[in-house]
Amino acid sequence: MSQTIAGGDQALIDAARRIAEEVAGPNADDVDRSARFPREAVGAMREAGMLSALVPVELGGGGASTEAVSAACFELGRRCGATAMVFAMHQIQIACMVRHREDAFDEYLREVVAEQRLVASITSEVGTGGDMGSSVGCVTTPENGIVSFEKQAPTVSYGDHADAFLTTLRRSPDAEPGDQVLVLSRRDQMEMEPQGSWDPMGMRGTCSPGFVVRATIPQEQVMSTPFSAISAESMTPVSHVFWSHVWLGVATDAFDRARAFVKAAAKRKPGAPPPAAARLSELMSKLSLLRAEVRLALREFCDISAGDRTRFHEMATILRFNNLKIAASEQAPVVCQGAMSVCGIMGYKNDTPFSVGRHLRDSMSACLMVANERIHKTDASLLLIAKEV
Amino acid sequence: MKDQIRQVIREHGHLAVDVDTLADDASLYQAGMTSHASVNVMIALEDSFDIEFLDSMLKRSVFESVDSIAEALGQVGVSA
Repeated sequence: MSQTIAGGDQALIDAARRIAEEVAGPNADDVDRSARFPREAVGAMREAGMLSALVPVELGGGGASTEAVSAACFELGRRCGATAMVFAMHQIQIACMVRHREDAFDEYLREVVAEQRLVASITSEVGTGGDMGSSVGCVTTPENGIVSFEKQAPTVSYGDHADAFLTTLRRSPDAEPGDQVLVLSRRDQMEMEPQGSWDPMGMRGTCSPGFVVRATIPQEQVMSTPFSAISAESMTPVSHVFWSHVWLGVATDAFDRARAFVKAAAKRKPGAPPPAAARLSELMSKLSLLRAEVRLALREFCDISAGDRTRFHEMATILRFNNLKIAASEQAPVVCQGAMSVCGIMGYKNDTPFSVGRHLRDSMSACLMVANERIHKTDASLLLIAKEV
Repeated sequence: MKDQIRQVIREHGHLAVDVDTLADDASLYQAGMTSHASVNVMIALEDSFDIEFLDSMLKRSVFESVDSIAEALGQVGVSA
C-alpha cells in the first residue's frame, strides 16, 4: 500500500494478506452470524508472529513501522472487519507501550513476543459519559509495592479472549477525575465479572460485552507517564490511524463487490453499459475521498512521530487527527451504502457474492467508537482558540 | 501578572479547590481543571492580556500551572 515499506514490513503485509484471504475471509460470515471471536484468524496471526509486529527488534519483536501495521489493518479489513478491528486494537495497546517505554513494560513486551499475547484496553467506564479523559475507578495506595483497582466497564473489546489489559484509572484515591494513569494487568492478576450480553448490529466478532474488572498488581505495572501524555501522543492518534485503515478496508471490499456486480451484469448483456455502472463511478469518487484522508493522515502521523512528538499536544494536531476519525467513520458507511445501492437486492441478501450487509453494519460501528458527537464537542471547543487548522 | 492570571483561573478554570491554595508551580489539571475549562482559560487570558497565543503554544503543558502560563505570556510580549 505504501512505497516506504521495508523488507520486514513487507513480510508483515504479506502475512496479513495471506491470513485475510485464507483464514479471516472464509470465516467472516460465520464470525458475524454467531457473534463469535475470530479464533482461527487470531490463531493464524499468532502463528505468524503478527501480534509482536510493533515490538522493537531489540526486544525480539518485528520492529514494524506504523505504515506496515496500517496496511495490515487495511488488508484484514477487506476480508473480515472484526478480525481487523481486534488486530488494530491490540496494536494500539502495543504502540502505547512501545512509544512510552518503561522497564516493567519492556518485560511484558518480551512476553508478547515469546507467547504472542493478545492485549486489550479498558478505557470506557460507567459514570464518565463516554469521556476517555476522566475516570471514576482509581489505583489504591500502594502497600508493600502492591496496588489494586476496580472498574465498571460498559464494553471491553474481546474481553474474554485477551491475555492482558491496559486500563485507565485515577492515579490515586484522592486524584481528580482527569488525573489518570494507564495500568497493565495480566489475566491471572484479575477477576472479570461479565455484565450483560453481546448481540450488536455490527463488528460482532469483536465480542465486547461489559465487565466489572478487579485486579491486584505490582506497582511497577502502573505507567509512570501520565495518561494525558500517552493519550495525546499515542493512544488517540494511533487509534484513529489504525481504525480508519480498518474502515477503509471494509469500504474497499464493499466497493470491490459492487464493481464485481456491475462487471457480471455487463458480461450478461454485452454492448449496453449496465444501469448501475454510472452509480459505481460515483461510488469510486466517494471511496477515493475516504482513501485520501486516511492515507494523508497516516503520512502526517508518521512525520510528526519522526520529529517533535510534543506537536501531538498542540490543538491544531489534535483537531487534525480527530477530523480523521470523524471523516473516515462518516464516509465508510456512505461507501458501503452506495455499494448496496449498486448491487440492489443482490447486495441486500446475505448469501450472494455481492452481499454488503455485513460491511454496512460493521462500518456503522465507526461513529460510536468514541462517539463522534463527543469528538465534535471537543473540536468545537478547540476551534474557539486554535489559530490555523 | 500572576495575580491577573489567578483571577482568570478563578473565573474560568472550574478548579476543585481555591486557586489561591495552589503554589505557582502546582498542576491545575491535578486540581481538577478539565480540557474544556482550559480552553476557556486560554480565551480569557487572550482577552485579559490583549494578546494572541501562537498555535505552537496551544497545548496542555503550557496551561499546566500559573508559572507555565506566565512563561507563555512572557513569550508573546507580556512583561512581568
